[in-house]
Amino acid sequence: MEISAFFFYLISSMILVFGILTVTTRKIFRSAIYLLFTLINVAALYFYLNYEFIAAVQIVVYVGGIVVLILFSLFLTHQVAGDLPSPPWQRLVFALLSCLFAFGFAFCLVMKHSFPENKNAPINLTVSYIGKQMLNYGDGGFVLPFEVVSILLLAAMIGCIAIAFKTKKNA
Amino acid sequence: MQNYSYILFVLIIPLAVFLITGLFGKRFQSFSGILGTAGMLVAAGLSYYAAYEYFIVGCRGADCTWPSIIAFKQTWLQFSPSLSIDMGIMVDSISVMMLVVVTTVSLMVHIYSIGYMQGEERYSTYYSFLSLFSFSMLGLVVATNIFQMYIFWELVGVSSFLLVGFYFTKPSAVAAAKKAFIVTRFADLGFLAGILILSYYSESLDFQTIIHRMMDHGAPIFTNANTASFMGLSALTWALCLIFIGGAGKSAMFPLHIWLPDAMEGPTPVSALIHAATMVVAGVFLVARLFPVYSQVPIALDFVAYVGIFSAFFAAIIACTQTDIKRVLAYSTMSQIGYMMFGLGVSGFWGSDGLGFSGSMFHLFTHAMFKALLFLGAGAVIHYIHSNEMGDMGGLRKKMPLTNAMFLIACLAISGIPPLSGFFSKEAILTAALHHNKLIYAVGLLTACLTAFYMFRLYFMIFWNKSHPEIYHEGNHGEAPLSMKTSIVFLGLATIGAGFIPFHDYVTAYDTLIVEFHLAPAIAAVAAGLIGIGVATAFYLKSSTMPIKISSSLGNIYQSAYKKFYVDELYLFVTKKIIFNLISIPAAWIDKNIVDGSMNLLSTATQNVSEGIKEVQSGKIADYVMWFFAGAILLLLLVVFAW
Amino acid sequence: MPEVKMTYILFVSFALFFIGAYGFLTRRNMITMLMAVELMLNAVNINFVVFNKYLYADKADGLFFTIFIITIAAAEAAVAIAIIINIYRKFRSIDAEDADTLKW
Repeated sequence: MEISAFFFYLISSMILVFGILTVTTRKIFRSAIYLLFTLINVAALYFYLNYEFIAAVQIVVYVGGIVVLILFSLFLTHQVAGDLPSPPWQRLVFALLSCLFAFGFAFCLVMKHSFPENKNAPINLTVSYIGKQMLNYGDGGFVLPFEVVSILLLAAMIGCIAIAFKTKKNA
Repeated sequence: MQNYSYILFVLIIPLAVFLITGLFGKRFQSFSGILGTAGMLVAAGLSYYAAYEYFIVGCRGADCTWPSIIAFKQTWLQFSPSLSIDMGIMVDSISVMMLVVVTTVSLMVHIYSIGYMQGEERYSTYYSFLSLFSFSMLGLVVATNIFQMYIFWELVGVSSFLLVGFYFTKPSAVAAAKKAFIVTRFADLGFLAGILILSYYSESLDFQTIIHRMMDHGAPIFTNANTASFMGLSALTWALCLIFIGGAGKSAMFPLHIWLPDAMEGPTPVSALIHAATMVVAGVFLVARLFPVYSQVPIALDFVAYVGIFSAFFAAIIACTQTDIKRVLAYSTMSQIGYMMFGLGVSGFWGSDGLGFSGSMFHLFTHAMFKALLFLGAGAVIHYIHSNEMGDMGGLRKKMPLTNAMFLIACLAISGIPPLSGFFSKEAILTAALHHNKLIYAVGLLTACLTAFYMFRLYFMIFWNKSHPEIYHEGNHGEAPLSMKTSIVFLGLATIGAGFIPFHDYVTAYDTLIVEFHLAPAIAAVAAGLIGIGVATAFYLKSSTMPIKISSSLGNIYQSAYKKFYVDELYLFVTKKIIFNLISIPAAWIDKNIVDGSMNLLSTATQNVSEGIKEVQSGKIADYVMWFFAGAILLLLLVVFAW
Repeated sequence: MPEVKMTYILFVSFALFFIGAYGFLTRRNMITMLMAVELMLNAVNINFVVFNKYLYADKADGLFFTIFIITIAAAEAAVAIAIIINIYRKFRSIDAEDADTLKW
């Protein structure tokens, strides 16, 4: 086995193990931490695939932002103490069976599908290239989605403040 | 051919009076009485004119038969080209006679009620009901179509119900009204069945067509009706017997007579009009109207005759024991109608065989007069004494001289003493019975004797017998108001004079009747009447202990006669113990539990299913997500495999 | 081009997606449901990146999609947390079973 393949197997097994732990553990704080590790391992996968920019964005935004946000909210809602209740067993069984079935089915589809080969030469994805394409309004540019996402972020920010705003009436 | 369409007004005027007094009468109470009387006066005048035109102008000279003329006909419901219900007016000897009878008696009752019902709070309602009844009865007698007669038959029943239950605050009156309506309605079931069978076989509902077809022996219709049989009797026999059952209910023949004594709960003028002179003879009229068909089926005529004579005898026995004036008169009515029925039953059709028919019709005419007179006189007595029981009366002849005289005339008439009208009509019926069936003749004669007995018992106990002290108080009114006296006197005169109408010339079954006057039967009839009068005089003229000795020696027989032979109790037993328990209660159970239950089950099931379904929308996100996920997988499978 | 075949990485991404789905179906706490959603989104990201690298190496579309997805996921997580805090204020609990008033 090649050394890079070994790394790949390590990273993917960590992703899967931590993922499973995230969704099955009974203690909520541990679940958040397992999520954290899962996301870091995903970033490691991106590094493995030579997409450094995405890996960096993943770590900064997901790990450093969202997981922290989740942890804050856990503390804000006083959930840290105590165990999570387990759901009724019918739901467990149904969810497990359906997820397994769906996974098997989808993956069989993927296996059967013959993906076309790429004939063209790969481009070099540097940060400058990404930056230029982000603001490029020509062919292959992404300025429109960029602007839309900016507005969405603005709206989300205002929305969050508006929703969670404590008015004087609420105790 | 004269134009008789003015007879339509004879019907329309009472109907108009009914509507006006019914709708607007509350505002002018006393005027409604005058309006009703005036309307009936006009109608009576028109009827007399019609009778004059039909009988006298229509045929002068001997050897004429009076045809039946359709004065007015309107097709109402057309079922098929040959079968339709028409509304029309038939002018025929019996219908003209009945027009005269009904309008005259109704007019007398209208006049009488002005005095009798004075001060009554629902005066205008009373007159509107009277007019409704008059309209219905008149419509019944001029019917051209058997269904038209059935419609008016039911209308008459309704009017009777309204009038008997007039004092609806008395529970006994309400019960009596219900009983009358239910018993006659029950009999009408037979009537309807008979109509349907008869019209099915004769393929028409029209009287003239039915009679014509059923008289024609060669026609296939007649043979068809005669050969189609059920349980040994031909279809025609069944139809006629069932129709007679309907008539028997209305005419209070045994065993459907139970409503008539109770119907005396109504005001006395109502009893005079409805339950003496007009409505109760509707059954007799029905048989007379279909008489040509009845004469083809001897079994049906025998049925009519035996029911009639049995009712006559039965009622006469009971009347001997009753103490309420109106009950005695009610049983007397039942007895006399029995006479009319068996008069029809022993009659033939052609020539002098038809003596029974015209005798029966003659008796109908005279009986209307003197029975109405008896009732109105009884009403005057009740008005004076304020009580119905004979025990409260006695020795009234000095205080009520006019009533005394008129009542005596009527009692003599009903006993068949010449030269009053009752003699002529009763003698005709008994002669016809003598020629036809000796047994019926013998029982009829015995009944005549009993009739005289109980009528004079009634007369003496009211007007002569002073065995009780004067316990009644005299009101500040005299004998009777003028209106009551007027009508009583008129009817008295009619009773005296009606015997001299040459009835057998006018009203016959088919053609002219040759009446031979036999002395022997006449003397037998008069003798029977005199014997009855004599016995009554012996017992009741002065107070004596003979009645009580005889009644106690007869013991049980007297008791059961007094209790009207327990017919009412038998009916109650059958309905309560048998019909209610065996049929009504299971039927009610089925209705409540099975029919209602299945409906309730349907609704409960729907409710439960919907409650089960609504659990799907539980508000829990996890449940929604599961449904969503399952749906997504299903769609995925669908897309991959079935697209 | 790394030696790992594309289907192996796709296996990872699919498995992670369905792990996230299982978690979303099973968990009762709203924040843990949110965490499962994040897992699913990450699986999708991996998918995009893999396809970009193996099949469309001359274009950068998959990369940009991934960037946008990350951005939007962040915004959505923020809004979700705000709503959860609001629900916590009303129902005094963030159990998904307790917020069931929008029912029949």
